[in-house]
Amino acid sequence: MYTTWWPPITLSHSRRDQLLRALLWSCASVAGLMLVCIVAFLILESAPALSHPGWRRFFTDAAWHPTEDAYALWPMLAGTLLSTGGAVLLAAPLGIGTAVFCQWYAPAWLAVPCRRLIELLAGIPSVVFGFWGLVALVPLINQWQPPGASLLAGICILTMMILPTTSLLAQASLAQADPDALRAAAALGFGRWGTLRRVVLPSCAAGLLTAGLLAASRALGETMAVLMVCGNVVQLPSSLFDPVRTLTANMALEIPYAAGRHRSVLFVSGLLLLLLVISLVGSATWVRRALRHV
Amino acid sequence: MNAGRAWIPLLLVLAATAGCGDSPDARQPLTKLSITGSSTMAPLIAAIGKRFERRHPGVRIDVQTGGSSRGVADTRSGLAHIGMVSRALRALEQRDLVGTPVARDGIGLIVHNTNPVGALTPRQVVALYTGGMTTWRPVSGKDASVVVVNKAEGRATLELFLKYFHLTNAEIRADVIIGDNEQGIKFVAGNPHAIGYVSNGAAEYALRHEVPIKRLPLTTASAPPAAGHPAPSPLARPLTLVTTRRPPALAQAFIAFAASSHVHDLVAAHYFVPLAA
Repeated sequence: MYTTWWPPITLSHSRRDQLLRALLWSCASVAGLMLVCIVAFLILESAPALSHPGWRRFFTDAAWHPTEDAYALWPMLAGTLLSTGGAVLLAAPLGIGTAVFCQWYAPAWLAVPCRRLIELLAGIPSVVFGFWGLVALVPLINQWQPPGASLLAGICILTMMILPTTSLLAQASLAQADPDALRAAAALGFGRWGTLRRVVLPSCAAGLLTAGLLAASRALGETMAVLMVCGNVVQLPSSLFDPVRTLTANMALEIPYAAGRHRSVLFVSGLLLLLLVISLVGSATWVRRALRHV
Repeated sequence: MNAGRAWIPLLLVLAATAGCGDSPDARQPLTKLSITGSSTMAPLIAAIGKRFERRHPGVRIDVQTGGSSRGVADTRSGLAHIGMVSRALRALEQRDLVGTPVARDGIGLIVHNTNPVGALTPRQVVALYTGGMTTWRPVSGKDASVVVVNKAEGRATLELFLKYFHLTNAEIRADVIIGDNEQGIKFVAGNPHAIGYVSNGAAEYALRHEVPIKRLPLTTASAPPAAGHPAPSPLARPLTLVTTRRPPALAQAFIAFAASSHVHDLVAAHYFVPLAA
């Protein structure tokens, strides 16, 4: 690989090129500015809540009753982390398994439809998953362990939603395995499993981990489907069958009706969520870099 | 020079579109009323708006939802001429806003239609909602865990429910917390052991569309339900239209029309209770 240096393509001084460059510069800065504006807006709106009751209270208060001056955000942070963590734990092996099957084991007539199906799954709007969860999954869990709307339901729905992301990213990463290494493995007489385990998976580890982390960031931000199936009770769940509320569901449920301090605390939960996603994407980049140099 | 001129059409387009926003503060005679607020009231107000438009050709009524709090905020900030608020105005709000009730909406308890329970006393409702009664056995004989559905913080229905039963939200032991009425109805329809409370208008609408729920009467209700009409509920709230202290003439005309007997049929058709003339 060679590094490109600005100006990347041409030293042309023609007006067209300069105009195009100005236009592209402004496109790129608009995209960047939007993020800056959103973060600034979140900080601005959160400021009243961060000065009073102050960020400590979000982690030490016993309950969430914003109209009665109790602002515990930690059970919702836990709800978000538990549902996302559970979904990634389920979706990662399933997604990578599907990817390995499509890429390595499936005959061509099966691999292509299989891939198309997963792409189709990725295109289903999240509210449809939520609706299905509400009318099918929640009553099913309710028969087993009431009330049905629970952490488990949330994990199942999130798993289905991030499975295609995980699988497609994993397939893309498996497809990039170095052909020379594959030929070398074949020459050494490795079987399919040996090649996978000794050659392909180690060289794709960074890509597979990134797939998991990006899927996790999608699960973190998911709102509607989770709101519909999780039960939204603010508590630390003692089992998989207890209802939980996530940070996103909290904002969606309460922002239309919140005013003053209550509203500001909801923006704090938005800020918290943004920090979580940024750190996830950051660690995805870091993991990718660290593993590339192994 | 070429590059400089290329921007001129773009600037012209921007200048032209900048003038297109319909601001409520526009100085020309008002022909468009914008109304925002309570999602409970929006269908009714939209229907009243259509009838008002027919009587006043050239007038347009624009109804948007976003919750009672948005109705208050938009009216204050001038984003809307009229706000829809599905409760009585608070003392603090009455300092700068004027509210006119146009109808009443009851809140009713709902359960799944296979639930054999007939009616509940207020004491039983409190026991169900605060964890004093965790199975249906004492009221219906069925040995199943009660799934208590409560509303999210800040909702007008929640406030009314708490006030009526003398509860605070911290005392309620909910299994599920929902946002709007439709979500509550869908949840109860899917769960045979759930109990929730929603706007009567929303519940009647669902019943008419054969959603498997049933409304539970509170046994203290004084008047028996009249045939063909929803039972008057002791748990009722005024549906209020609010404006600033000096509303435009058109807004005044609309509110007078919405509170008049000319729209009682629309109010009843949306399962709300018309105010006595």
